[in-house]
Amino acid sequence: MGSEITHLVYRSVMRTQERKDKYNLNEEEELTHFGQSLAEMEKMTDVIDSGSDTEENGLLSAELTASHFGGGGGGGLLRKKNTGDEDEEHKPKSRQELIEELILKSKQEKRERQIQKEEAHVLTEKLDQEWRSIQNLLSRKTTKPEQKDLPEKTKIHSLCQMFPDAACKVMQTLLSDSAHSMEETLEVRGRAAMPDLDMDGKWNLKDEEEEEESEKKAEDDEAEDEEAQDDDVESEDEEDDDAEDGHSDLQSDEGSEDDEDDEDQACDEEELSVKVTPAVNEEKMTTEAIAELPYTFTAPDTYTDLKNLLQGHSCDEQRLIVDRTVKCTHPSLCAGNKAKLQKVFGFLLEYVGELATQNPPQLKTINALIPQIHSLCQMFPDAACKVMQTLLSDSAHSMEETLEVRGRAAMPDLDMLVYLKITALLFPTSDFRHPVSTPAFLYISQTLTKCSVVSLEDVCRGLVLCCLAVEFVSLSQRFFPEMLNFLLGLLHLAVPEKTNTGYVLVSPFRQQGRNCDLLVVKDSSASLSWSRKPVSLCTAHRNTLDTPLERDHYRLSIIDACLDLVKRCTTLYTDLTSYSLIFQPIRTLLLEHLPAKSYPAEIQDVQKEIVEAISANPSQHAPLVFKKKKPIPLKLFTPKIVQILDYGKKRGDTKEEKERERLKHKYKREFKGALREIRKDSRFLAHEKLSDIISRDTERKRKVKELYGSLSTQEGEWKALKRKKGK
Amino acid sequence: MAPSRDSNVKRGDTGENSQISYKKAINAKSERVLQNRKHANDIFDVIEYLQSDKEKEIICASNACGKIFCELFERGELYVGQLPSEDEIVQGDRSAKEKYHIFMRHRYNNCVELLLENIGHNVFQVKESSLCAVMKFVSAEGKHPLQNLDWSEHYSFPRELILALVEHLLSEKEDMSLLISRFQEFLEMDDVRYYFMSSVRDNITRVMERNKGAVISVYQNNVFTLLSSINIPSQASEMTNFLVKQESKHEDWKAARLKEHKRAYEQMWLVFLKYKLPGSMYKKILVILHESIMPQMSDPTLMIDFLTAAYDIGGAISLLALNGLFVLIHKHNLDYPDFYKKLYNLLEPTIFHVKYRARFFHLANIFLSSTHLPVYLVAAFVKRLARLALTAPPTALLIVLPFICNLIRRHPSCRVVIHRPSAAEEPCDDPYVMEEEDPAKCHALESSLWEIQTLQKHYHPDVAKAAKLINDPLSESEDDISKLLELSTFELMQRELKAERKTIPLEFDTATELLKSSKEVLGVHFSLE
Repeated sequence: MGSEITHLVYRSVMRTQERKDKYNLNEEEELTHFGQSLAEMEKMTDVIDSGSDTEENGLLSAELTASHFGGGGGGGLLRKKNTGDEDEEHKPKSRQELIEELILKSKQEKRERQIQKEEAHVLTEKLDQEWRSIQNLLSRKTTKPEQKDLPEKTKIHSLCQMFPDAACKVMQTLLSDSAHSMEETLEVRGRAAMPDLDMDGKWNLKDEEEEEESEKKAEDDEAEDEEAQDDDVESEDEEDDDAEDGHSDLQSDEGSEDDEDDEDQACDEEELSVKVTPAVNEEKMTTEAIAELPYTFTAPDTYTDLKNLLQGHSCDEQRLIVDRTVKCTHPSLCAGNKAKLQKVFGFLLEYVGELATQNPPQLKTINALIPQIHSLCQMFPDAACKVMQTLLSDSAHSMEETLEVRGRAAMPDLDMLVYLKITALLFPTSDFRHPVSTPAFLYISQTLTKCSVVSLEDVCRGLVLCCLAVEFVSLSQRFFPEMLNFLLGLLHLAVPEKTNTGYVLVSPFRQQGRNCDLLVVKDSSASLSWSRKPVSLCTAHRNTLDTPLERDHYRLSIIDACLDLVKRCTTLYTDLTSYSLIFQPIRTLLLEHLPAKSYPAEIQDVQKEIVEAISANPSQHAPLVFKKKKPIPLKLFTPKIVQILDYGKKRGDTKEEKERERLKHKYKREFKGALREIRKDSRFLAHEKLSDIISRDTERKRKVKELYGSLSTQEGEWKALKRKKGK
Repeated sequence: MAPSRDSNVKRGDTGENSQISYKKAINAKSERVLQNRKHANDIFDVIEYLQSDKEKEIICASNACGKIFCELFERGELYVGQLPSEDEIVQGDRSAKEKYHIFMRHRYNNCVELLLENIGHNVFQVKESSLCAVMKFVSAEGKHPLQNLDWSEHYSFPRELILALVEHLLSEKEDMSLLISRFQEFLEMDDVRYYFMSSVRDNITRVMERNKGAVISVYQNNVFTLLSSINIPSQASEMTNFLVKQESKHEDWKAARLKEHKRAYEQMWLVFLKYKLPGSMYKKILVILHESIMPQMSDPTLMIDFLTAAYDIGGAISLLALNGLFVLIHKHNLDYPDFYKKLYNLLEPTIFHVKYRARFFHLANIFLSSTHLPVYLVAAFVKRLARLALTAPPTALLIVLPFICNLIRRHPSCRVVIHRPSAAEEPCDDPYVMEEEDPAKCHALESSLWEIQTLQKHYHPDVAKAAKLINDPLSESEDDISKLLELSTFELMQRELKAERKTIPLEFDTATELLKSSKEVLGVHFSLE
């Protein structure tokens, strides 16, 4: 037994010596506990500190020696006891305790979750009950047969109606934490319930919510929808409203609610939304007279796809389809959606162009699609800008080519006019320079100077362009000479006597010749039956006026519009120095050549107003002088103040670049600092560990020496006793 | 062309047969004619094909005739000299050989007549083959003249044939431009060209006299196409390409001398321009006048009458005449009274809208580049251009504004029109009289360029910027306007589209309807119904 002990002791001593020899003993993998690597243990639980572990190890060997050499030296025993006490104080918890604690914790969590689920269930039950009580009322009120077909759906809607904030929160949770709720569903139902369908349903609900957020005009449109659509859509719209309400509530209540509630309702809603999808499918099956639109659409990849999607629907339906398509492919849902939607914008505009050139033009549908186009443009200004630019430049290019070949080009068709109008709706036309508006200006200029006017349709198109031109400059009051030239030319078309005019016409109009009497009213009695009303925009595409009387009315309307535009221009350009020079030709025409006497009184009034607005004598102006130069400041010896940056070199020109450079620099520095800190920490730790081990080893050495000493004294005593005995 | 097979197989068959048969017949007959004099009468059949209804037969026959008669020319089997009438052959006592020659010569004349008639055929292939056949005859006849000529004095060239050809080529009823462009190949030969030019001259005189100088646009168009396709080599050494080689005294031959060519060219043009021309013809001529016609003339100053007349017509024609006048003034030392006054009066609002705008401003820039011009004149130009700029499109404004600035830079005393510190702050009327034709009396120098100030509010950013230059003293160096001259609206647009933009500003107002916005004008006058 003794030899065994000595052997053990020897081994432990040897090991420490070996360790000492090794310089990098801290990195060694030798630290084990119960044969397991300490590194592994560390991974499992952070609670068990590595330091305490080594202590334990050391302690164990000390205890072992102490117990084995039990009643040896009194001093040794005493010391042993002391160290034991110390250790117990140092060590916070045993491993077993820790594990027990963990288990406890997880159990508690599980219990909590269980409670949450129960609560959720109770809440659902409550909601259902409340719903049922109201459903009866509702069903009594609206005794439509469809009601039965879609109870689940309406259920959600009404639920949302009744508990708007809850519904909203549910949506939020659903969307922000869908993965988690999937897990929950798994636990609750014990199966993974077709995630696609679930998510679809959710997106639907979310979409409708977003619709509300994005469109301010919802109320108006919804009002119309309610009339136009079946009551299903109606209820959906109601839900939309509620969703919006819920949103506002959410913002106020957000802090007060507990997270648990959210989760409950998440599960809740999950179940509900699952029910929605089959309902929708059922609706598809029904061959009811009212066409029901599906709630999800895949974004079309080609233009024909979009056309197939939209054709054959009413304009409101088309609006809804586009709306839903956009919502279903919201960029936040999937990585590729952004590109898809950008493409959709291009297709939409192409579709608009096609609608405008159909016979008759589907302007109502275009009108219905405008909000969607607008919102898409708000989402992707760059893509929208590109698409518009291509449309404009393509058309301008083809016009340029025909101009080169034939010398004259035809007026652009209604589609380009609609595009220009959409440009004005989407982009600001008052900017000094704008990537879309400026080309649009140039396009109008090109058409107003180069396109020949040979028919009443051309006249109408030209007038539309002039209207657009006035609209474009109405805010900025910028000077548009081509437009005024064109208006003069249009009015000239209404002048019966073309010789000896006191004004000069420029391209595309001629003083006299073919097609110069397009606006001359043939029968003066037409002015008696004429009344002022807007002209149909479709006549710019194709004129369907048959009787001479209709034609004369049309002419009068155009002259009226021309005069109104001139009037607008006179007010727009009053501040220009050459105001009277600019309007002099028009004044001459109106005063001396236009047969205003034969026109209706309304038109005559406008004419008089214009003539009054343009004075015959040009106004006086001060001669031009150069701008006064700023005096060059004297050179002063004030120090040049430079912004002090938190890094040495000044890089980057623009503000954003500077900011980026600054952040980069900051990041580098922080990173370096963190590295240094980590290194310092590890060095310190290593140092601590080393000194710890050294002190423990010296301790043990001392103890062993003591043991040897006591052993030798014992032996000596024993020998002396033996000697004594022998004696 | 071929009838469809199902509907009339029979006809198709017969058609094919006849196709083969007529080719065979023509070839066989022409061979027989050439083989033996006994078959001389077969030539009638071949010539008859020239009057056929089917184009292919005519083409085939034309080629055959060309071959036959060229061969006969080679053999000398055509009668040379004054041709007795066919009736005389029977009576006169001539040898059989001579009779045969006379007979063949008559057939040749018939053939030429028919070929010339075929030049007026409505199928181009027929025209082309007839033309080629006639030209073959021209070449053959040149080598083997049909008249008894005194070799020492005359040069053999079938002028009559050429004259007849010209007459048919320059049709009064039909546009022959396609055939004329085909004919250009022959005009590269120097002798053909020379005789051709003199024939054309004669032809023009005859035709125009017959019509008493009235405009015949088809004919004149044909003449113009023909004339503009004539190119005279720039150096005498380049004249080596002849259809007919003269055996002796080649150097003295008129057709071989460049000077004679130039003279003929000049006379031809002058005769053509002497008569009244259609309006569009003026433009066509003036466009090419200075660079392709005048350098080929022996004395370009002779063009002055035409140019003055054109200059007085007004409008775009005057603009174009400027170019020719400039060449004359600049290179030929011509003095043109009141040139600047006329130039001033050319400035009309339409000047910014015509096709020849770039050319005009290019020339105007040159004309006004002289620093010896009086200040009142420059000021008048500046003011008038500024006034006209009020109706100009942006592409024109981008030329005119730097142009005006350049003028003021060149003539610093003109600066008062943009900077008049003496009378500052005192409002006054514009003293400039737009209607005054004399630049000396229009009071431009007392005026200011308020028009440019107006253009500072122009919708196009570049124009507004260019107009704003007059707010500050102008820089010393002139702007280069040559790059701007050909600028089109589309190119201007392209510039805008290519510019890189970081952010795209969007409209503040939400769009809800097509015809509904805060500044709606279109919706006031138009509805969606």
